[in-house]
Amino acid sequence: MSNSYQSNRWKRVDDWDDRPLRLDNFAVEDPDNGFSAFNGKADPKPSIGLKGGKITSMDGVMIEDFDLIDTFIAKYHMDIDIAKEAMAIPSSKLARMLVDMNVPRKELTRLAQGLTPAKLAETVAQLSAMEIAFAYSKMRARQTPGNQAHVTNAKDDPLQLAADAAIAVALGFDEIETTMRVARNSWSNALACCVGSSVGKSGTLFQCSSEEAEELEIGMAGFTSYAETVSVYGTESAFIDGDDTPWSKAWLTAAYASRGIKMRCTSGAAAELLMGFHEAKSLLYLEARCLCLQRGMGSQGTQNGGIDGAPLAGSMPGGVREIMAENLIAVWLDLECASGNDARHSESDMRVAAKVLPYLIGGSDLICSGFGSILKYDNSFNPSSFNGEELEEFLVLQRDFEVDGGLTTVEDSKALSLRKKAIDALAYVLHDLGLASTTDEMKRSVAVASGSNDTESFKPRDVTLISEKIKTDGVNVLDLIKSLHKGGFNQEAENLLFLVKLRVSGDYLQTSAIIRDSRVVSAINDPNDYTGPGTGYRPSEQRKEELAAIRDVLDRDEVLRTEALGEMAEMKAISYKLLGKAETGIDPCEVVVGISPAFGSKIFKTLAGHKLSSVLKALQTGIIKGGAVMRLVKFWHTADTSFLGLSAARLSGSGIGIGIQAKGTAVIHHRSRLPHNNLELFSNAPITKISHYEKMGYNAARYCLKELPDPVVVPTRGEALGARFHARVALIYAIETSMTKDNASPELLDFAFLKA
Amino acid sequence: MREKKLNQQDFPIAETRPSEVKGKRGMALSELTIEAILEGTVGLDDLQITSEALLQQAEIAKSVGRKTLSENFERAAEMNNLPNSEVMEIYELLRPGRAESMSTLLGAAKKIRNKYQAERLAKFIEEAAEFYDKRGLFKKRY
Repeated sequence: MSNSYQSNRWKRVDDWDDRPLRLDNFAVEDPDNGFSAFNGKADPKPSIGLKGGKITSMDGVMIEDFDLIDTFIAKYHMDIDIAKEAMAIPSSKLARMLVDMNVPRKELTRLAQGLTPAKLAETVAQLSAMEIAFAYSKMRARQTPGNQAHVTNAKDDPLQLAADAAIAVALGFDEIETTMRVARNSWSNALACCVGSSVGKSGTLFQCSSEEAEELEIGMAGFTSYAETVSVYGTESAFIDGDDTPWSKAWLTAAYASRGIKMRCTSGAAAELLMGFHEAKSLLYLEARCLCLQRGMGSQGTQNGGIDGAPLAGSMPGGVREIMAENLIAVWLDLECASGNDARHSESDMRVAAKVLPYLIGGSDLICSGFGSILKYDNSFNPSSFNGEELEEFLVLQRDFEVDGGLTTVEDSKALSLRKKAIDALAYVLHDLGLASTTDEMKRSVAVASGSNDTESFKPRDVTLISEKIKTDGVNVLDLIKSLHKGGFNQEAENLLFLVKLRVSGDYLQTSAIIRDSRVVSAINDPNDYTGPGTGYRPSEQRKEELAAIRDVLDRDEVLRTEALGEMAEMKAISYKLLGKAETGIDPCEVVVGISPAFGSKIFKTLAGHKLSSVLKALQTGIIKGGAVMRLVKFWHTADTSFLGLSAARLSGSGIGIGIQAKGTAVIHHRSRLPHNNLELFSNAPITKISHYEKMGYNAARYCLKELPDPVVVPTRGEALGARFHARVALIYAIETSMTKDNASPELLDFAFLKA
Repeated sequence: MREKKLNQQDFPIAETRPSEVKGKRGMALSELTIEAILEGTVGLDDLQITSEALLQQAEIAKSVGRKTLSENFERAAEMNNLPNSEVMEIYELLRPGRAESMSTLLGAAKKIRNKYQAERLAKFIEEAAEFYDKRGLFKKRY
């Protein structure tokens, strides 16, 4: 450590500079240049002109000046019969209705059909972040929350896609989405994920995000069951730059339905700004236009909430509140909402978790519209808010808040067997259809791989050949079903057939449809009925148990099992012999060391992992070095460190005692002090080293000699010791306290260190 | 024709009216089995939704106040009769700058009106042509 006092700024700022947060860009509000979450320079005031049952103006624009977006919204979104009533309600009143649990969702979704984009935006902008979160939870369409995964990898390796798809299914994702590093690999990615997602259970919907026309063709071949990359934009120039119009996108919307494929549109804050066509309008107003368009087109839902623009939205003041606000408009418009929380908007884990939390606790049709089920570097969409790395954090957050984020822990051995099954199934299909052959080495490397850096499998060029062959051979989902069956993957064939049969009835085309337990669950048969406490979605008892069942959970038996392992080692290291009641000593040079009831009899190691025999030896060494002698006493009346220490001190001829618990927490005490006013306390047992115990013994001896030694300092690096140890501490301490007996006398203890 | 329109009670139709739900060539859901696929009697067409089912979904959507979704299903019911290639061609024509003039789009509308009785879709394309013209979209983009 170099100590320079020449710095001309507070060094804390250097510390802050080193944090990931400082990698984030932050931008000033600049409404002239499109940098405004809520207050665009050119944002119109809400208005509607009606004449003879027709719209003559909307949000300050006369009909003759309507652009394509105004035209489409006026014609397809606006319900003129409702508009007159709805537009007359002050936006402050609408805002209150949104957060009033006594106003039913249905009444609000009806009114929204007559509200213009500017009116919707003006209303939700009045809500605080908390009010938006509450209103969102009340207004979302389907009662049961769900989630969506990204399944991609950096090599477009089909074997890994299949394995990771099977994992995503097992985790409980309702939908999985893939995309490619190399555009031409789309057919291979689609086939691989299609096969992988048939492993384990049926009904996980799957999409392959690619160029609009190709994506539809892949859907027509039966590999995919939904689509969500039908993007719309809030300005006409951005829309045309995106190579579409509201009419072409509405055509696609109908096209997917006509083939029995579920679809939703996509829009998110700041897309227009990124594309350079913002018209000096706010993020929220432009999103309101996008969402009215989507409802007008007849899309059942939207992927909405920042999406690719989330990092840019997040750079502005209020940007994250704006993302929440646009999601609220989406559900107010009665659209299924796959609520973004995908493109990682910050390098700060705290900013990311804070952004996701309202959706996790309030629920959403699809909380993430792309939770990275794979590692960050394997995510071909770019890293998500949550990724393979952080998946367990999400599972724990569900458990913390007792909320259903749609995911369930998959036990390790089950995960591996699912991966192997998916890889075997795909390898068989690739071989059977003459697409590619695989080796056992490839399969093994993928099965255990955390990410594509660990695999010896297909390379992108191999995949391009596979993909083009799938396309030119005209392979379709029936070929996959036949091949799976032929290869003995009968259940997988059945699962895949179940999925394609969904398109015959089209039930899953209705708003917010997902498949749970082989049944279509949508906003029709599972509508959000929230009207206050006790209503809306509540996890069942069974679901709560699933949410609680994360990996590596401690219980009392587990702690005792761990301790039993230490017992054998201790029996070889030390022997104890109780010698009857301990009396008050008269030796002015003695240090009484008082140990807790479980010390050496039920508990054998400190929280730092030191054997208790080693701790006693260190104390004894220190005491002797300090010029005193050690007398060991076992206490039965207390397990509390302070009282152990004070009791020891009161038995000591010198008046100096050390109290130590089995978990290693220790204190040096003097007989004349108050219980909690000790000489030295060693409260951080997990980071207390053997050398510290020796120094403690030494200091205790020096106190006997009426000296004032330097107190022992156990340095901490700021570890969250409570998080790391308190569950174990509480279990261990309960074992100690259960052994205490009121008024039991202390016993003198003889001990001998044994040769190893 | 059915007399009574479907509503939310009829959802999901695969469960409430399994015998009525049929693939494009008339095969019932219960006939779409692995065995039938292995025998080769099931083709992709049999796994296609029908116009009838889409119209039923339109009725259900309307019954729960989702008028625009219902209208999309009605457009889809017409599009259901168009072959894939026709769907893709018209999509391409509707993209900006693909059609060089209004008449190209009007021609496409006329074709599907006559060939597939796709009245709603034809009107939709004609309407697009009108607004594309107004906003100057008939210009080459590449």
